[in-house]
Amino acid sequence: MQKLVVIGAGMASGRVLEHLFETDAQAYEVTLFNAEPRGNYNRIMLSPVLSGEKSYAEIVTHDDDWYAEHKVTCRFGEKVLSVDRTRKVVVGEKGEVPYDKLIIATGSTPFIVPVEGRDLPGVIAYRDLDDTNTMIEASGKPGTQAVVIGGGLLGLEAAAGLRLRGMEVTVVHLSGHLMERQLDEAAGYLLRKDLERRGINVVTRGSTQRIVGTDKVEGVELADGTVLPASLVVMAVGIRPSVQIAKEAGLDVGRAITVDAQMQTSDPDIYAVGECVEFEGTLFGLVAPLYEQAKVLAKALLGEADTFVVKELSTKLKVTGCDLFSAGDFAEAEGREEIVLRDPTQGVYRRLVIENDRLVGAVMYGDTGDANWFFDLMKNKTPVAEMRETLIFGQSYQGGAPLDPMAAVAALPDDAEICGCNGVCKGKITSTINEKGLTSLDDVRAHTKASSSCGTCTGLVEQLMALTLGGAFNPNAVKPMCGCTDLGHGDVRRLIRAKELKSIPEVMQELEWKTSCGCAKCRPALNYYLISDWPGEYQDDKQSRFINERVHANIQKDGTYSVVPRMWGGMTSAKELRAIADVVEKFDIPSVKCTGGARIDMLGVKKEDLPAVWADLNAAGMVSGAAYGKALRTVKSCVGSDWCRFGTQDSTGLGMRIEKFMWGSWTPGKVKMAVSGCPRNCAEATCKDVGVICTEAGYEIHFAGAAGLDIKGTEILTQVKTEDEAFEMIVALVQLYREQGHYLERIYKWLKRVGMDSIKEAIVENAEKRRHYFERFAESQDIYRRDPWAERATGGVASHEFKPMADITFKEAAE
Amino acid sequence: MTTPAWYKIGLVTDIPKRGARCLNTPLGRVAVFRTADDRVFAMEDRCPHKGGPLSQGIVHDRSVTCPLHNAVISLESGEMKGPDEGTVKTFAIRIDAQSQTIEISFDAVAAEPFVEAAE
Ligand code: SRM
Ligand SMILES: Cc1cc2nc3c(=O)[nH]c(=O)nc-3n(C[C@H](O)[C@H](O)[C@H](O)COP(=O)(O)OP(=O)(O)OC[C@H]3O[C@@H](n4cnc5c(N)ncnc54)[C@H](O)[C@@H]3O)c2cc1C
Ligand code: SF4
Ligand code: FES
Repeated sequence: MQKLVVIGAGMASGRVLEHLFETDAQAYEVTLFNAEPRGNYNRIMLSPVLSGEKSYAEIVTHDDDWYAEHKVTCRFGEKVLSVDRTRKVVVGEKGEVPYDKLIIATGSTPFIVPVEGRDLPGVIAYRDLDDTNTMIEASGKPGTQAVVIGGGLLGLEAAAGLRLRGMEVTVVHLSGHLMERQLDEAAGYLLRKDLERRGINVVTRGSTQRIVGTDKVEGVELADGTVLPASLVVMAVGIRPSVQIAKEAGLDVGRAITVDAQMQTSDPDIYAVGECVEFEGTLFGLVAPLYEQAKVLAKALLGEADTFVVKELSTKLKVTGCDLFSAGDFAEAEGREEIVLRDPTQGVYRRLVIENDRLVGAVMYGDTGDANWFFDLMKNKTPVAEMRETLIFGQSYQGGAPLDPMAAVAALPDDAEICGCNGVCKGKITSTINEKGLTSLDDVRAHTKASSSCGTCTGLVEQLMALTLGGAFNPNAVKPMCGCTDLGHGDVRRLIRAKELKSIPEVMQELEWKTSCGCAKCRPALNYYLISDWPGEYQDDKQSRFINERVHANIQKDGTYSVVPRMWGGMTSAKELRAIADVVEKFDIPSVKCTGGARIDMLGVKKEDLPAVWADLNAAGMVSGAAYGKALRTVKSCVGSDWCRFGTQDSTGLGMRIEKFMWGSWTPGKVKMAVSGCPRNCAEATCKDVGVICTEAGYEIHFAGAAGLDIKGTEILTQVKTEDEAFEMIVALVQLYREQGHYLERIYKWLKRVGMDSIKEAIVENAEKRRHYFERFAESQDIYRRDPWAERATGGVASHEFKPMADITFKEAAE
Repeated sequence: MTTPAWYKIGLVTDIPKRGARCLNTPLGRVAVFRTADDRVFAMEDRCPHKGGPLSQGIVHDRSVTCPLHNAVISLESGEMKGPDEGTVKTFAIRIDAQSQTIEISFDAVAAEPFVEAAE
């Protein structure tokens, strides 16, 4: 086998290897160097990681198993120092590797403005995961300020992410408007307004004079003398191709490593790909052309001919809610005319630039619906004289076509590019949908890669699916619970009651389940619906619960468990703390942590030890905190009138009263509550599923907040005068949710679905109904509220869970 | 060819229906599953994705859903279902029809993950 060495595990080289192994897995034995201490990941998705919309794990493109499967020798965290072309070896920090063929894919290095103070701790660039983590960490401290130098794509994505994480952010941009390379002034202005609305401060024509600070960064001083205080400075002013190794090896290097249309450098055994190359005078900074290069290079390595050509590029900004698109050349010039459309009320702006009857540039802000159509006209150099009058209104106005967004997608030719990042065209998507019988967006992502990188084309992909599948695809249609049925959650809940179905097999039989015993999506949902609707009659089906709810502890990534006992309203005592300390020592529990829910988590407990751990905690009077359940979780409280000089009511007492009454109840999604003693709201009641703000006048009852995947302040249900009223109201509200909620639907989503009026009608306006719901809850509690730990610690419930069936490590065979 | 060695591990009823138990074996942890229709399957207790303990998952039809990130794995072939790729090592099982004793073998033909009651 020939030896292939790759320097740099970035977006470009990852694709090369994929194509290479797909075509001929046996051709090369690969060694992959990467200066970063990790393998290939989707660099462009660092922005969603920064903003918290994705995790790093979700953006890894090739994991350890993939490298192992393809026998790639990984040398991650090791920089290549030089290439010796006469001996044909690559010199890494930890030793040499010989090559037959070599790929240089070193990407580029962020440009750092050469001003005083640029080396201070806290001054960073935005290029890799470490930078992203530094930003995430810096934003963790409340009230901190960041300055982002550079208002281009990268800088703005950094700014938006930091802002979402709660930092005060200022963007300093040298030019007169943001993203001046991609946007004209008008669009730059709309973008600026959008960002300012999100609380990002924008300084244009701002020139950085120096960075101030003694042992760490303290601020940025601009040329006009302004000092912007900052504990974090992000430089995002541009990139430089990383060409040092190539240069020192004596390869032809212009502004970057010069390659021909097969990605070959001036040495026939050395190829280069990605941001470190220059082709016919062009440099690259977006992934679409790099993916094209990767295809060509993989072929060249296998001796197949293909040619790389530079294509038009388009840009989108990955800031949720800022819709912009730009492509081509839109500078004003002799012989060019332009067409502009503005709708200030909607914040919409479109500008097209035409030269010699061809569209040569387009900028759009606010409504980018026709972006792909314009981009196609541009790439195909379609004459536009005929449609000149209505061109700006987009495709639906052309040729008498009906005003239907679907028609626009239908009219696109098969080679129209839908996903720019991955270079996937319409024909590929429709044919894969048909061939593989795909029906969901996730399927299409898995099989075609379309919409799997930056995600801005998701809408288009959905329209294509609707077009290809016709009635079979309707993203707004009632979503079936899972593949086992066509019924949605609402119908299933209704039919369970209407037909009085009282067991999982009955439901599956009567509602014509398509599988014999359901799946991991429908069974837990059905189990909950039956518990909620037939308390006392229905027997909980443990095998239909996720492991956490089956063993009443949270499974950890290494298969151990965590244990969180209840601390009523967040109150604890010496006795409880001592019991926790004893358990931790006795069972050698590796971590003890205060949770975000104001109680204590013991992490890394061995499964076999769980019953004994619980027995000890039970002995000190503690019960399961249900940190694992779709159930009542925590009721946080503040110190309230007991201690606080501002406290108006006994918030701690109310919190404890609620938790003691409601613990042990199962709910559609988890339920977290809090009670604050005054509007200063130290218990953070206004982002909880249910919250109470105490005032001099009584109790303000809030609900439907969220602070996890979504962030949403609560809505006010009502105000009441006494604690008893507040208590009854809250219990009734939760019971209504228990009876109406779809499995895994949190309270805020339930409210959105059923509407405030119906909830107020049942809980606030009608005392009789309220009482009814309160009693239904109490009745269910009588039956289901048991400490699951106690039952397992001593009662022998589910004992099979905690012991291996057999140990045959040293056993003789049976015969 | 040497005849495969069989080890007794317990009774079918030791495993809950649509459930699983673990075994400590010389090859590491093995998960033994019992389906709704009382078939028994055994495989390595390690998900190909990130090593999740499959014995802790939800059993449905002839599959188990991994407790960590919901990969679905066929109990019959050990293969991951859907577009994911990966295979879990499976082991041969036989059940004595009379006593309902389960026996496992680590060297019997892997292509036959389920052998009906011996003889
Ligand atoms: C332990 C804790 C983090 C900590 O170290 O502090 C934690 C740990 C987990 N959280 Fe959380 N959450 C914890 C407080 C929170 C909070 C803050 C709070 O409760 O005040 C939130 C935001 C508030 C909210 O829920 O809206 C939070 C939002 C989530 C979410 C997103 C839920 C959502 O609907 O948006 C998930 C994922 C889910 O439930 O699907 C999640 C899921 C998880 C899971 C259960 C992940 C899992 O499925 O294994 C973690 C279990 C780790 C373990 O084994 O202990 N955790 N989690 C906190 C336990 C609180 C407690 O005492 O019970
Ligand atoms: C935050 C962010 C958002 C972005 N968003 C978009 C977007 O939305 N759309 C878009 O099209 N593009 C986007 N880009 C640009 C895109 O990520 C790059 O164009 C692309 O990653 C370049 O790929 P590459 O393989 O050439 O280089 P890289 O992905 O940078 O990979 C090069 C690798 O080589 C390693 N390396 C360098 N020198 C050595 C050495 N001497 N020895 C060993 N290893 C070495 C580096 O550590 C690096 O891991 C974004 C970039 C960033 C940083
Ligand atoms: S504890 Fe919560 S926030 Fe932390 S990693 Fe787990 S789920 Fe994510
Ligand atoms: S470890 Fe099994 S799905 Fe991730």
